[in-house]
Amino acid sequence: MPGMQPPNGAPETPDGVQIDLISAGRMSNLRTMEKIRTILDSVHDGNIVILEDGLSPDEESKLIEVTMSEISPDGFTGIEIETYPKPSNDGGLFNRLMGKGSDNDNKLTVIGPANRIETLHKDENLISALVTRR
Amino acid sequence: MGLLTELRSSISRVTSKLFAPDQGPKRIGIYGPPNAGKTTLANRIARDWTGDAIGPESHVPHETRRARRKENVEIERNGKSVTIDIVDTPGVTTKVDYKEFLEHDIEKEDAVRRSREATEGVAEAMHWLREDVDGVIYVLDSAADPFTQVNTMLIGIIESKDLPVLIFANKTDLEESSVQQIANAFPQHETVPLSALEGDNMDEVYDKIAEYFG
Ligand SMILES: Nc1nc2c(ncn2[C@@H]2O[C@H](COP(=O)(O)OP(=O)(O)OP(=O)(O)O)[C@@H](O)[C@H]2O)c(=O)[nH]1
Ligand SMILES: [Mg+2]
Repeated sequence: MPGMQPPNGAPETPDGVQIDLISAGRMSNLRTMEKIRTILDSVHDGNIVILEDGLSPDEESKLIEVTMSEISPDGFTGIEIETYPKPSNDGGLFNRLMGKGSDNDNKLTVIGPANRIETLHKDENLISALVTRR
Repeated sequence: MGLLTELRSSISRVTSKLFAPDQGPKRIGIYGPPNAGKTTLANRIARDWTGDAIGPESHVPHETRRARRKENVEIERNGKSVTIDIVDTPGVTTKVDYKEFLEHDIEKEDAVRRSREATEGVAEAMHWLREDVDGVIYVLDSAADPFTQVNTMLIGIIESKDLPVLIFANKTDLEESSVQQIANAFPQHETVPLSALEGDNMDEVYDKIAEYFG
């Protein structure tokens, strides 16, 4: 599968890349800072986070701010963040994984550690590739 | 004017400033990705109307690492004058790696310091955007791809605050420049082409600033 290997220099993990799917339902119970912590804790662990529901503009603004405060030399270098159109509503694997949680936007938000997601983020088929792997 | 009247009028000027903050100049934040030409633009505006500059410009990204302010910039348009405070902000990004500075012949110690300042500066700029600006000039390099996640997020944040915003398609002097591509990326906003470096189209720039932020 192209693009699934960690970029050169990134630490090898047995699974290559771990994906953390966060459903709309799980996020809707959290406050802004709890959401940001959930995302960044997972990203700090080297995971790629897929949010079924995007963040609000205010949450995005705070996510950038908190991300900045956690960057350190030779450690965390920040995040890559991209949005993708949701896979169509055809009862595919993604929909089975997520259930029928959300309909308020048709975008998925993908967030990952900047030093690992770089090779992935330009691939428009990223979502299906990642979800299939799980 | 007698001494007393002069004193009284200057006191009332001071107190009206103290007690009516809404009447002060609007604070216009200059935002955009690193290297778009924000400081070059801020310096040009400041030089044109106040005579001095705001801060250093450089091809090294994250040259601006602290928001810098120039207060009471009085711009004259069609016999009217508009006074604004200009805030030049660090280029917004979601990642900073000090190793990128090493490519610009900067020593490691300096690179680490610059990246720490850059992260603090970006955090501060986000904070300003949420609380302390009254309008935004969003500067883009018209020779670069505008369809980035950072641009989309920033414009979304600005829109959610209902702030007046102008998109500046900078660097029109470059051959690869495409103002149309910038306008297509953000069709809901007005795009103004310019070259901050060459000073091209500054008349329209000031017309629009007066129209949007006056
Ligand atoms: N050709 C061309 N170059 C420009 C123009 N405006 C700025 N530049 C150049 O672009 C580079 C970055 O300019 P700055 O004004 O420092 O950019 P900035 O947006 O303030 O960058 P940061 O502070 O790092 O976020 C410098 O080398 C400028 O000379 C322009 O209109 N045309
Ligand atoms: Mg600058």
